[in-house]
Amino acid sequence: MADQFIAATGTAGSAYSGLAVSARRKTLPGPLWLRVLLGAIIPLAVLGIWQLIVSLGLIPSYRLPSPASVVLAGVDLANRGLLFSSIAISVQRVLIGFVAGSLVGLVAASAVGLSRVVSSLLAPTLGALRAVPSLAWVPLLGLYLGINEDSKVALIAIGAFFPVYTTVSAALRHVDPQLVEAGRAYGYTGTRLLGLVQLPAVVPSVISSLRLALAQSWLFLVAAELLASALGLGHLLVDSQNNGRIDRLFLVIILLGVFGKVTDALVGLLERYLLRRWGS
Amino acid sequence: MPTVPALPVVLAGVGRTFGDRRVLRDIDLEIAAGEIVAIIGASGSGKSTLLRQVGGLDQPDSGTVTIDGTPLNGVDQRTAIAFQEPRLLPWRSVARNVEVGLPRSTPRAEGRARVDELLRLVQLEDAKSLRPRQISGGMAQRASLARALARGPGVLVLDEPFGALDALTRLTMQDLLLEIHSAEPATILLVTHDVDEALYLADRVILLGTEPGYPANSGAVIRSVITVPGKRPRDRGSASLAQLRAELLDGLGVSTHHPAHTF
Repeated sequence: MADQFIAATGTAGSAYSGLAVSARRKTLPGPLWLRVLLGAIIPLAVLGIWQLIVSLGLIPSYRLPSPASVVLAGVDLANRGLLFSSIAISVQRVLIGFVAGSLVGLVAASAVGLSRVVSSLLAPTLGALRAVPSLAWVPLLGLYLGINEDSKVALIAIGAFFPVYTTVSAALRHVDPQLVEAGRAYGYTGTRLLGLVQLPAVVPSVISSLRLALAQSWLFLVAAELLASALGLGHLLVDSQNNGRIDRLFLVIILLGVFGKVTDALVGLLERYLLRRWGS
Repeated sequence: MPTVPALPVVLAGVGRTFGDRRVLRDIDLEIAAGEIVAIIGASGSGKSTLLRQVGGLDQPDSGTVTIDGTPLNGVDQRTAIAFQEPRLLPWRSVARNVEVGLPRSTPRAEGRARVDELLRLVQLEDAKSLRPRQISGGMAQRASLARALARGPGVLVLDEPFGALDALTRLTMQDLLLEIHSAEPATILLVTHDVDEALYLADRVILLGTEPGYPANSGAVIRSVITVPGKRPRDRGSASLAQLRAELLDGLGVSTHHPAHTF
């Protein structure tokens, strides 16, 4: 049915739909196992070279631990009950900070992107706040909120806020004015218009800003935990550095990479769903 | 759903100025309920501006627009507008786009039935679940018309509705518009730059332009009003229409050669 109609449409319509289809097909064709295999080549090669260097004794073990000792460090931490509690508290901080920061960012972006008055009122201040290097907030947050969960989550929320706020408010300003006018002509105003035209139009920007915000959240988590914490992956990093536990350092870095990638993939799933629903 | 009866429109002394550029001046026009009026004029002669006053998307600086005796104040439930571009929301299916036009208080089931009815009227029932990028320009323009009709308008305002379509599709769409007009009789005010289209569709044709001898920023006025003879559907090749066509083109030609027409 759909194919028949695409074939039957005029030149402009069919050319456009062809473009859209090719733009959506970003992944390689071929079966899933082939793509998984291709993606695994480099990590496996790195692991092999790593093992080789250690086995040949090219770098002393106090500078480069063996892969096995990194795994053992993980097992050891797990046995002490430290591994999972560290992971759990870090993931919890990231998720709360990320969700809170992005939601506030989305609301601020909607207000600034849609209302000239709010934009004139808020945009300069937010721009100035954004210019403050985010780590500069750490001592202040520590003082105000104490060295506890609140200050860490607040810092992560600040990290998540700005990518969402900046990207989405700019995108809202560039929504096709003709579509907005059409919405107005059919009696839609304010938040109803936002829900009909503007928000759906900026869904792709919202998603890419969420991905940025998530990466920022992990960055700020480690920053917060490095500076002041008694538990968490960042704390484990400082602790391991102080004790010369290079095997644990490697372990935590690998864990951060894995969890960062896993949470990003979750946003990717959300992206696929939203683009199917709201993409053109 | 009961279709709203066609409503009369009265423009009295309507003027509109943007900054120091006066676009419209002293526009007086009475449109009877159910009448089709076409506005023609050279590019930049204020046709669309005039239309936007009736559509409620813009307000005149002077004068009033009255629909069925009550003055117009902003976007009005009794009018619906369709633009030169279809302006469909790309993330909604054709049917969901037509839904946008439904009055806010429409119950769900009733709205769905009305959308189906309108899609049948504009011959899009087979395309209802397609996205705008999957349909042709003519189909998209029909969807846009259906969306306007979904509002149940007493006055239908069309801004060069077929201007972006190829010549053949345009002729089919003109016949479709007349069919729609007999099925859902609204008052239709339409802007076009196609003289033949105006003569084929309209009861009266309004020629808009600046008065001879006046500078271009003195504002457009109604230069002439032509009552088109004969009942619709009209013979596209009739001799009396050919005479009117020459007159109208003459009127347009004067404005296009106006020395002050450069912006």
